Amino acid sequence: MFHKEKSIQLKNSASALYNNLSVLRIAPRRLTYFTVVHANVVNMVSTSWDGLNYSHRQLQSKEPNVATSTSLIMQAAFCALPSRDLLVVSSQKGIQMYESDGSIMVYWHALDTPEAPTAHAVFARGISAVSDNYVCVGVSSGAVLVFDVPSKGSNITLSEVLEEHKEAITDIASECSGSQECLANLVTADDGGNMCVWKSGEEFQLLNKIPGLDMTCSSVKLWKGTVLAGYGTGQIRLYEAVTGILHAEVNAHARWIYSLDIAPFSGLLLSAAEDSFVRVWHLSITPETNSVEIAHLHNECVTDTQICGAKFCDGDGYAFAVTGYDLSEIIRLIGRGEGRALLRVNWRDQSREEV
Amino acid sequence: MSVRTLPLVFINLGGEMLYILDQRLRALNTPEDQSETGVWSERDRKRVLNDVVGTMFGKSFMDELLKPQQLYSHRTMKTVLTRLAHSSIMRLNPASMDRLYELMIMAFKYQVLLSPRPRDLLLVSYNHLDAARAFVRDTPAVLNQVDETHRKIIEVYSRLSDGDFQLLRQTLLTFLQDVHTRVSVFLKNQIQNPSGRFVLMTSGPVPAGVDVPGLIRTFDPRGREVGRSEFPPGGTYSGSVGEGSFELSGDRVLRLGQNLYQAERPEETQTSRTPGAQLDRTNPLAKEELNLLARLMGCMKAGSVPAAAPRFRISLFPSDPEEEEEGGAPAEQAAIFQVINIQAVQDEEAASALARIAGQFTDEEAELENPSGSKGDDLLAMMDDL
Repeated sequence: MFHKEKSIQLKNSASALYNNLSVLRIAPRRLTYFTVVHANVVNMVSTSWDGLNYSHRQLQSKEPNVATSTSLIMQAAFCALPSRDLLVVSSQKGIQMYESDGSIMVYWHALDTPEAPTAHAVFARGISAVSDNYVCVGVSSGAVLVFDVPSKGSNITLSEVLEEHKEAITDIASECSGSQECLANLVTADDGGNMCVWKSGEEFQLLNKIPGLDMTCSSVKLWKGTVLAGYGTGQIRLYEAVTGILHAEVNAHARWIYSLDIAPFSGLLLSAAEDSFVRVWHLSITPETNSVEIAHLHNECVTDTQICGAKFCDGDGYAFAVTGYDLSEIIRLIGRGEGRALLRVNWRDQSREEV
Repeated sequence: MSVRTLPLVFINLGGEMLYILDQRLRALNTPEDQSETGVWSERDRKRVLNDVVGTMFGKSFMDELLKPQQLYSHRTMKTVLTRLAHSSIMRLNPASMDRLYELMIMAFKYQVLLSPRPRDLLLVSYNHLDAARAFVRDTPAVLNQVDETHRKIIEVYSRLSDGDFQLLRQTLLTFLQDVHTRVSVFLKNQIQNPSGRFVLMTSGPVPAGVDVPGLIRTFDPRGREVGRSEFPPGGTYSGSVGEGSFELSGDRVLRLGQNLYQAERPEETQTSRTPGAQLDRTNPLAKEELNLLARLMGCMKAGSVPAAAPRFRISLFPSDPEEEEEGGAPAEQAAIFQVINIQAVQDEEAASALARIAGQFTDEEAELENPSGSKGDDLLAMMDDL
């Protein structure tokens, strides 16, 4: 169903961090950007769609105007807002926001780091664009920082701090930007597996809390009002966001899940774990019964590798990319033949539903 | 990232050091080494192990390690571990120390990577602690120190959540990134590939608390299961074999952290570097790092060895052609194996090797070590001159 394409070589290897791959598709320029974190460096690769041109860039996490002392990066993620795209980098010291090609840093937010080391690590982790003009970033204290992003320029401001979680934030996800109206458009997850469901606005509104079972939720996605959560036990769970009703539970992986991704137009789900497997699933919603089903489609095993990032390269899920700990390449897989036909049919179904 | 890594790093790296030293010193005791000028008796070996364990589990040293702090560079680790090795009557030349460090790092990387759950890293550490206990069982005072340390470790780490342990593990994996030294005993046992990467099986028992992959369950709004289906997981998994004991003693179940070298002959612990990353040689040490180094060195007791006693210099791995032609080494994938000649030479000069190592981070000629003096003061004085 998917076959391997030529891998993209990286300047250095990927670190073992949750959700350690981010992809941004720039259709007007026929380019795709990839970012992978290595310790205190973000590796950026820009690839042309014809596969002929690659260019690399490296970003370090450090405070502006301070020559020394870089810090370890926890995550780098593209935030696609209607008016602009940003690259957000979260580290032990704080949060940096760049223009999406990594050329200029437009904003720096320092974390409150205490003078003497405390019993708990301090870092920022969990990044998502929300609605038309917000970027949310999680913190190790459990706080979620909400930044208001103007349509251009560097006048980004911290607009709100959401304090519902008691444990370190692991991942944040959203859906419904632009014209679509959603009841819930943000979900935040933490180290204890607890999740909060929000509606964005001038003041973010907490809609629901889904308690964890003391097992870390390392990656979370939101799709058509359904929360998809990946856990350290290797399970994937599907919850209805606003009610917390459990739709389905999958014993998906034999080790800790590191990454989930959704292709929103086709309902394809990607899961990747330390067990060397990337799995592709298909989600379907029956509006009459309000039920969500998940079906397994495909397995991909990356030999002798603990996977740390997996992302679809486009909204239909025709292709996806994978990174692994200690691996200096981005592995790419492209859908083919009967797989493509399946995807196309589903896309048509969804769009009929929308109309 | 995690501020709780140091104690586990030292227990596990130090634990591997004990296994390797034990094996090497036993090898020196064999009748075949008639040609060597020095012979290590059973008594000497036990003495070295007691001295190293005693220093490693010294109260003030462990208390320093247990303070929440960042994990620093390989250079700091290696400096402290060298000092640890030299807290006994033994002296290792820099080449031996380099190789020893590579072996320890690769063994530790294997243990961290293959721990089924992040929390299992504690079981790995407890395996090392159990072994250290066995080495010093005839010395009640040192045995007591190991027990005390174990109790403190249990107290500190039982409070950490699974998420905390995964952060700890991720911090360690970043520290161990890009090191792919090939170790012959690992290659022989097929836990490492010729490329230097470890073998990750997609079969076998799942970790405790994890279900065998392959099942999808669906529920109705009232939480009742309404459907089940299966999918092919791609690997062949079986149920968990249960959790090991996290107490002071007990069956750890997990074998990671146990002595891999026991049954092996000395030649099996040779290493060969894959072309590429070296353990960071060039970065200057950060100020906080130097402070930590000074504190740790200051806490390590000078040992019971009188200043005038002879030190025994050991070359665990001979200076090999690969070391000498560092710049010109061909970038081949084939492993380069050398024959090991183990020499133990009685050496009246005190710690010239250590002085050279300590001098590496000051770029000055260090004076000869005064074993009964305060090592911490010497380091601080040297740092003031930087």
